[in-house]
Amino acid sequence: METRPSELAVAPVEAGGHPPEWALSPHPPLVDGEKSLHQVTEDVVSPLERFPGPAWYAGFLLSAAAFLLGVILVTHEIWTGIGTWGLNTTVGWGWDITNFVFWIGIGHAGTLISAILFLFRQRWRTAVNRAAEAMTLFAVMCAGVFPLIHMGRPWLAYWVFPYPNHRGPLWVNFRSPLLWDVFAISTYFLVSATFWYLGLLPDLASVRDRCKPGLRRTIFQLASLGWSGSGRTWARYETVYLLLAGLATPLVFSVHTIVSFDFATSIVPGWHTTIFPPYFVCGAIFSGLAMVLTLMIVARKVMRFEAYITTRHLDALSRLVLLTSCIVTLAYLTEFFMAWYSANPYERFAFLNRAAGPYGWAFAIMIACNVAVPQLLWFRGIRTSPALLFPISILINLGMWFERFVIITTSLHRDYLPSSWSLYAPTYVEVGTFVGSFGLFFTCFFLFCRFVPMIAASEIKGVLHDGRTPGPAAPPH
Amino acid sequence: MMAERLAPPPRRIKLLVGVFEQETGLLAAARAAREQNLPVYDAYTPYAVHGLDAAMGLPRTRLPTVCFFCGLAGLAAALAFQLWTATSNWPMNVGGKPFHSLPALVPVSFETAVLLASLATVLAFFLRARLWPGRSPVSLANGVTDDRFVLALGPAVTFDPRAGEVLRQHGAVEIREIEAAP
Repeated sequence: METRPSELAVAPVEAGGHPPEWALSPHPPLVDGEKSLHQVTEDVVSPLERFPGPAWYAGFLLSAAAFLLGVILVTHEIWTGIGTWGLNTTVGWGWDITNFVFWIGIGHAGTLISAILFLFRQRWRTAVNRAAEAMTLFAVMCAGVFPLIHMGRPWLAYWVFPYPNHRGPLWVNFRSPLLWDVFAISTYFLVSATFWYLGLLPDLASVRDRCKPGLRRTIFQLASLGWSGSGRTWARYETVYLLLAGLATPLVFSVHTIVSFDFATSIVPGWHTTIFPPYFVCGAIFSGLAMVLTLMIVARKVMRFEAYITTRHLDALSRLVLLTSCIVTLAYLTEFFMAWYSANPYERFAFLNRAAGPYGWAFAIMIACNVAVPQLLWFRGIRTSPALLFPISILINLGMWFERFVIITTSLHRDYLPSSWSLYAPTYVEVGTFVGSFGLFFTCFFLFCRFVPMIAASEIKGVLHDGRTPGPAAPPH
Repeated sequence: MMAERLAPPPRRIKLLVGVFEQETGLLAAARAAREQNLPVYDAYTPYAVHGLDAAMGLPRTRLPTVCFFCGLAGLAAALAFQLWTATSNWPMNVGGKPFHSLPALVPVSFETAVLLASLATVLAFFLRARLWPGRSPVSLANGVTDDRFVLALGPAVTFDPRAGEVLRQHGAVEIREIEAAP
């Protein structure tokens, strides 16, 4: 294929005869301000090379304090027993399992952005995928804490794994959804961590190559595994990245499906429905995207990444929030319709009680935050305004927490036997443990912003114009 | 001293290295070099350059095969283990359901398959691409993890005048002869 310089100036032509993707794209560029390749490295890596500002210290100390509160209260709970919580024989799952499902759900948006949007060739994901994947890891860590402390005897937590033991060997019950959870969540964490680290390698090498010899360089040298940007390695890397994205996509669906099985395989009215897997997966992605919005709106301001995480990115995320909100709304309506249509008195009662019973206020919060508030996102002006999106994203997080609370508590507190009906309120230990889980999450996130390139620089470079402009003209050969 | 003298001299190969500021130059130079039957040793780039594998004439990687068979192994192992515990090692009657009820075994089998496929693929990639902690990176020019694109021609091209010409023609800003460990 012969290319003349005059042609190149208009639309560069690749070997196959097609102009490259960016030259044809009708969309505005993904990064503001015509950055050069070196500027991207500079912008992404330099925050790691200087001391953080007062905002970082304030945020980190606040998070660490909340985490410490959580550690103290969990220690108290383990020392004294589950009786420090407000659970009773009727409502056996309260804030603990609500928080577990809430945190697992948060994690799902990270995988949506890193894997599913990758498969759909949504290149705007490059600006947010590193941070969203980090969010997944930290959220899954927070989620993992709750079933662990809910066990009551967490020092025997290793009993959930099928290892040869001298009790028979008595194996774990492979037919129990709670055991499926163990496999799903540990697989999810390991695969997400591997995926994240794989994506991090080129950027760790960038940091390494800017370090002066010393401890810092040695650490990055070890962590970057001798990455040299070789073309042979890049070719394999892209294949592995694609494979992992392909594996992570069904994985993320399976994880929340299995979490929903914890409820759906029981015979509790309000839980025993086949809609649960898609309903939970969609709700998870909805809540996770809201959390991504919350984090990105803050991070782009604090870390000065407005040129990379532009309002167009916030717009794209908001559209996904709106879509998932509509699907979740459909699921709420379907549940009520099926409760009526089934003509099952227990099912009908469960849903009437959910909306108008003692926890009707929680149901109202859920509907307001998950159905009504996201409707504001139909307006472009709101979708591109960080100041308006921030409170909306917080409200959705709140609403999705209440969704899990409503599903769990309202279904349990009125069971088949009216004599055992009861109410549930959390104690300060449960509230403090929940605050502590936010402490753990944000402590990890602040450390991540400080020590790891927060934006996938090597992926951003791949969507820039710089580096693709035709250089000195190649003569026809 | 003694040991130093007795040790065999390290095998080195001579490479002709061209540094580019644009991926377009690198891609064109790699294509031109292959058209003239000049051996392309490797290229070094700050990001995954689209079409570089074709320009360098790289063969397809076999990592998807590793992924498939490891996933299959994970699936088979998890299924076999669950069936063995449920039907022969310690059969338990759960609500009168058959011991070998397959649907209940799907989630764990699926998760194990995904886990093994992912971890094995990444491990195979690290081994094949020779990436491990403590390995020092191949460094033929500064800035390949920042904003430089490097094409290394070789081995045995340093005496070929066409090699330097290819790099120069496509806009290399720097051309050097380098000795590297193979």
